Amino acid sequence: MNKILYKRQLSAEVFEMTVEAPLIAHERKAGQFVVLQLGDDFNERIPLTIADADDEKGTITLIFQAVGEGTHRLARLNEGDCIANLLGPLGRPTDVHKYGRVVVVGGGIGIAPSYPIAQAMKACGNEVRVVMGARNRDLLIFEDRMRSIDENVIIVTDDGSAGIKGLVTGPLEELCQTWKPNCVVAIGPAVMMKFCALTTKKYGVHTLVSLNTIMIDGTGMCGGCRVVVDGQMKFVCVEGPEFDGHLVDWDNLMQRQQTFREFEQNRHHKCHIDMQIEEGRA
Amino acid sequence: MKSAQQLDQEAKSLLAGLPETLSAKDRLAIPVCPMPSQDAHARCRNMQEVALGYSEDQAVLEAKRCLNCKNKPCVALCPVSIDIPRFVQLVAERKFRQALEVIQESSLLPSICGRVCPQENQCQKNCTVGKSHKSIDQAVAIGRIERFVADWARENNVSVEVRIAPATGKKVAVVGSGPASIAAAADLRKAGHDVYMFEALHKTGGVLVYGIPEFRLPKKLVETEIRKLEDMGVHIETNYLVGRTRTIDELMKEDGFDAIFIGTGAGLPKFMNIPGENYVGVFSANEYLTRSNLMKAYDEKAAQTPIYHARRVAVFGGGNVAMDAARTALRLGAENVTVIYRRTREEMPARREEVEHAHEEGVEFLMLSQPVAVRGDEKGRVCAVTVRRCELGESDESGRRKPVEIAGSDYDLPFDCVIVAIGNASNPLIKMTTPEIEVNRRGNFIVNEETCETSIPGVYAGGDIVLGAATVILAMGQGRKAARAMNEYLKGK
Repeated sequence: MNKILYKRQLSAEVFEMTVEAPLIAHERKAGQFVVLQLGDDFNERIPLTIADADDEKGTITLIFQAVGEGTHRLARLNEGDCIANLLGPLGRPTDVHKYGRVVVVGGGIGIAPSYPIAQAMKACGNEVRVVMGARNRDLLIFEDRMRSIDENVIIVTDDGSAGIKGLVTGPLEELCQTWKPNCVVAIGPAVMMKFCALTTKKYGVHTLVSLNTIMIDGTGMCGGCRVVVDGQMKFVCVEGPEFDGHLVDWDNLMQRQQTFREFEQNRHHKCHIDMQIEEGRA
Repeated sequence: MKSAQQLDQEAKSLLAGLPETLSAKDRLAIPVCPMPSQDAHARCRNMQEVALGYSEDQAVLEAKRCLNCKNKPCVALCPVSIDIPRFVQLVAERKFRQALEVIQESSLLPSICGRVCPQENQCQKNCTVGKSHKSIDQAVAIGRIERFVADWARENNVSVEVRIAPATGKKVAVVGSGPASIAAAADLRKAGHDVYMFEALHKTGGVLVYGIPEFRLPKKLVETEIRKLEDMGVHIETNYLVGRTRTIDELMKEDGFDAIFIGTGAGLPKFMNIPGENYVGVFSANEYLTRSNLMKAYDEKAAQTPIYHARRVAVFGGGNVAMDAARTALRLGAENVTVIYRRTREEMPARREEVEHAHEEGVEFLMLSQPVAVRGDEKGRVCAVTVRRCELGESDESGRRKPVEIAGSDYDLPFDCVIVAIGNASNPLIKMTTPEIEVNRRGNFIVNEETCETSIPGVYAGGDIVLGAATVILAMGQGRKAARAMNEYLKGK
């Protein structure tokens, strides 16, 4: 049982939780993730990237968006409640070493997992620039933490409600031209990562992406997370989640992410209404 | 098909007609008791167990068919050497509790093995009764009797007390909680060691829970068997992935384990490496079955985990897992399920009983056919499978005739879902994080055949991680063998 020590709502649908998990906190490295399940027979298994960890206190920080039934249920847990099942750390850690200049791009909820990577990249002596983007101001998270890594963090929103109006690829392209990074790490929605990779490819900049695919066990057993990288089938859970963004078959990945879309949309709609009823909003 | 009541009545009247003492001839004259089962039309739309189990009188009658012969071919072919004639005799005398005691001397999982063991290739294969009738179908139904004893004990809350030796002060880790690990953990604990079982998933049981469907092995039974381990004092830690949460090295050097048994199974699904295998709607059997079994996706009202709905499902492969996947797809509402296999029904590795059950339920079989591509529509969803016809050629090293593809015979069949059930390779995770463990080119651990010890002293392995995908009972046999060697090893420490 993993007790929730701290919970904060970061935006309408985004939550931060600090959870007791001493073994995971001790072992985890930047780029790794956990799979959680809220007990009993019927709850789903949810993969979430570890956004932060404190080995001394034995805690990890999770950031999630309430998009499906499972994440809605998770969002309804409070400080003092327990997450029945928490497995990790999973996946291979990010390849952190001294590249020289590194740009970290985080999009939406993907800003959270990009933070520990930015931290680790800086800690081993890289110069780090951060670009973070979201649909609007409300969905921007981790701004302070990112600013602690790059005081000139570049903020982009689709609607211009914060920072520059536009997409993360704009500032990324500019940095590629003027700052000439040796490595780019991009984490966010698949379509964002695809276009980041297309952008950096023009400049020949090595680009790491962290893939968020359908997954059940997270240990290599189901193969639901398989992606095509450089023409080869790879399992995101054991061989990833990070791959060379220039080699990923993005179109297949995005199609596969839609496998259960209809089911998820129906459930999301239902959960949303349930949540509003509970909160007296509907 | 006769109902369970009818079959029970028949057994009762046959029993009543038997003489007090039975000659071998009398015993040979008793017909095999058929297994009562759910009607095929009803069961193909529900998840309840297909085979219903013998009644008490059926079990007794079937047990009376055993000749108690001297050479005991059944024991010789049982991977855990259960004293079969002894427990069968006890059932014939209605001494069910003693029968259970005999079984449990060798096997902790009779309710499971009675259901999923391939008895036709093991204990029942050379049965003297079967031989006398010149038909393996006439062998004493040992598995069904074993299942009866286990079910009787559970229904009547009868358990055999397990004696635990005085504490040795040694700490042992068992990695995984499938059949090999369950067997090893039980024997290690009995020897008095402090045993910790580490399971990566949120539920214990391994393949018994995520792989084998409810209609073949009710999950309640697995829970009961695991509870026995807990009652014996085995510590069970779920959500613990050895190789990631802690490595083998850390367990040995930092966490103070004196020995480790690795029974992590063959958990990495194989794919065909044909074009289109990543289209939406192509699943490994592992994924499809895990969604249904472990995550309960078949219960659509309650479960949060979705399962893919399809009208026409193709299953690639001819083993037990392929049968499980095909029968699950039917139960989830598919209109047509076709098993595509490159040899013929005779060469299929699945148990004949499973093939027959699948056939009765309406699964179709497309034999001598090799899938060569999966076709997708504009959204990347499966819409067809390209199949190439095969013919049987020379025998290969396994003794089966090799399928030979017929050039120019390709044609497309419409499907909207494909389940790939062509086997599993071993999970690379422990090897990735413990490079000094020696594996063969298939990734299976190389162990000393006598002791199951790996290339690292004190680290043992058994089950599918060593054997490649095999059976529950073979895995249990290896778990026991390893535990014996580990108990010896720990005496010297």
